[in-house]
Formats: sequence, C-alpha cells, structure tokens
Amino acid sequence: MDVLLILIDWFPYLLSGVAATLGLVLSGLVLGLLLGLPMALGQVYGSRPVRWVVGVYVWFFRGLPILVLLFLFWFGIFPGLGLGNLSAFVVGAVVLGLRGAAYQSQIFRGAIQSVGEGQMIAARSLGMSRLTAIRSVILPQAMRIALPGWSNEYPNILTDSAVCYAIGVVELLTITSRIVTQTHITMPIYFAAAGIFIILNYGGLKVLHRLEKRIAIPGFGTGAM
Amino acid sequence: MDQSVFIFEILLPALMQGLVVTLQLIACSAPFGLALGIGVAVGRQYGGRFVSSVCKTFVFLIKGTPLLLLLFILYFGLPAIGITFSAFVASVVGFILCNGAYNAEYIRGALMSVKDGQMVAAQALGMTRWQAIRSVILPQALRRAIPGLSNEFIYLIKYSSLAYMLTVIELSGAGKLVATKYFLYTESFAIVGIVYLVLVTITTAAVNILESRVAVPGTTRAATAAQL
Repeated sequence: MDVLLILIDWFPYLLSGVAATLGLVLSGLVLGLLLGLPMALGQVYGSRPVRWVVGVYVWFFRGLPILVLLFLFWFGIFPGLGLGNLSAFVVGAVVLGLRGAAYQSQIFRGAIQSVGEGQMIAARSLGMSRLTAIRSVILPQAMRIALPGWSNEYPNILTDSAVCYAIGVVELLTITSRIVTQTHITMPIYFAAAGIFIILNYGGLKVLHRLEKRIAIPGFGTGAM
Repeated sequence: MDQSVFIFEILLPALMQGLVVTLQLIACSAPFGLALGIGVAVGRQYGGRFVSSVCKTFVFLIKGTPLLLLLFILYFGLPAIGITFSAFVASVVGFILCNGAYNAEYIRGALMSVKDGQMVAAQALGMTRWQAIRSVILPQALRRAIPGLSNEFIYLIKYSSLAYMLTVIELSGAGKLVATKYFLYTESFAIVGIVYLVLVTITTAAVNILESRVAVPGTTRAATAAQL
C-alpha cells in the first residue's frame, strides 16, 4: 500500500520523462527521415563519389554502438566544434537522428530499388526530367513500400533513446533512476517505467500501422510486402 | 604529449584490456542467447497453448523494454528482492534475455517458412513430433535464420557496450576512463569506434563464410530470401 501511494505520488514526475523521451524519438525519426531520404537517393542515383560517401557514412553510423556515438559527440565532436553549450537533449536528438539516417537510408534504398527500373525509363520517355520522375513516379511508390520497414525504426529509436541517460539527458530512464534513488523503492518503479516504455512502443507501432493502411493504394498493398 | 604516444602507449593497451572483457561478454551471452532463442521459438510455434503464450509474452516484454532499463532491473532492482548479481553476470543475463527474444523472432519466422507437409511427412515415417522438429524442421529453419541471427549477433557486439553503464569496464568503458583522464575525448572515442567497426566488419565477413559453408545445395541464399 505504501509503495502504491509513493508510486502515485511520483507518477506525474515519471510522466514528465515521457515527454522528453518522445521528443528524442520524434526528432530522431524526423531528422533521420530528412537526412536518410536524400542519402538513399544519392546511393541509388548518385555518382560514384556520392555513393561512396553515403556508403562510408552508413558503415560508420551502423557499426558503432549508440553509447560510443553519444560519448563521441557529447564529449568530443560538439565541444571540438565550439558547440559545447548545446544541451544534452539536443546532442542526444542529433545523434539519434544521424544514426537513424544511416538505418533509414537503407530502408529507403531498398524500397527505391524495388520500384522497377522500367518505371524510370517510361517516365523519361514521357518527357519527364530525372528529378520529376523521381519525385512524382518513383518516390510515391517507394515511400509506401518503405513504410513498414520505416515503422520498425520507431521501436529501435525508442529503445536507443534510453541510452541518452548516459550523457545526462533527463528522459524517462534518467527520471526513473532519480526516483529510485530518492525513494529507495526499486522494483515497482522500474516496472512502472518498463510498462510505460512498452505502452509507448506498441502504442506507437499501432499508430504507424494505421497510417500504413490509410495511405495504402488498393491493389498496391504495403501489406503484400 | 605527442598524439601517437598517447594512442599507441596509453590508449590502445587500455582498449585491448577492455576488448578482452567485451569478447568475454559476447562469448558468455551469444551461445545462451541462441539456445534461448531456439527454445522460445520452438515453444511458441509447437508448444501447447500455455507454453506458447508464455513464450509470446516473454518476447513481447523484452522487445518492449529498453535493454538499459532491463540491465538496471537486473543489477539495481533484483538486490531489493534478495538476488544479487555481479555487474558482469547481470550484463550477461540481460544480453542473453535480449538476444534470445530477438533471435526467437527470426527463428520463428524461419520455422514458419518450413512447409507443414514436412512435419506430416516426418510423422508418417514414424518420427515423433519432437524428433521431426529436431532432425527435419530445425536444420532447415536455422539455416534460413542465419542472416537474421547474424544481424542480432552484430547488435550484441554493439550493445555489449551498455555493460559499462553497470560499471563493467569493457571496450567503451576503457575508452571513457582514458578519455576522461587525459581530456582527449574525440581521439579516444574515435579509436574505440574503429575497434567496434573492425569487430563488426570481421563478424560480417565470418558470417558470410559460415553461411556458404553450411548451405545445402539448392537452398542458396537467394532461394532462402525468396522463401522468407
């Protein structure tokens, strides 16, 4: 009973961590999308140097643990660039975004490549420029194909966001351990936090799956993928 | 201090000690993670209603919780109810649970890709259900699961760094200690990163060799991908 009362007492504080966690996840997803899509286009349609640069970027950001990336940017690269004043939250969001871009670019690349080459040729023969063809023929199809894979990025970024604890971002896990330190109640608080993460995880996925259905073109189901 | 002196005489020796711990973490986790994955996948696919739902819930809970929180529960939480692990053991247990849950998903997908007729045929030949799973279904399914399992193994290499958050001085931790002591953060973490890249790249190459070694003719990677 005691434990329950304390849990109820601290619950609003725990929820304040949810806002920060969701902020990290959303900025990671959006930044990853904004960077990842051009990278994918560069890797499919770009010249050899462009493809090489994107390839190295992807290899680097996918090969390093998120913890090392966070340490590298938080202690090393950002202060080295004179950006030492950036808050941990911003650094965490940027690192999640840069890393997300590496993963997302590969999802988009696969989707773009799965749209038949004939479509580009057909579009060109109708007088479209390469860019117009990409924008109005390839991408509308590719993005729909990419969505299921892209949705699966959400739980990955959500679980990665917890590692931002290591550089002192005040997100859900940080707040959880603060409450544990203050109240000396461990398991119920950890389980409450785990429950919140699980709800965020599967709730978010549900929203994304609904979005998939909404933008699906009949007969061109993302479900078929 | 000269940069090369720092890197070769201070940083790298420390990182090598950390690397040994990282490799120990991986070596202790990966086999059990694979075994757990097989057990959970088989339980979910062929177990009775109860076993199946236990396996399903296990995967649901582990996949939904960040690994770092799971590690905190194991290391800081369990002592409250009288179970105390060392930081190393807590990390390994966390990695096994996480690795096992994700492996189970890949193996289950592979199990489902083996046609039902094979089980029927095996039973028609007089095999028990268990024998059929062990000698007919699993040998095929595990080969098909190799790409997914190796992905998970590479994730394991990377998330083994989270053991540092439980004070295990593995590769990242060793880098962090040196970086903090000498105030050379970019250099230290860049080199830590390179060591991880080397590990990941070697593993990827090794997995490709393994895959072609255990391949059964006629079930090539392309064929496998099409079936999955």
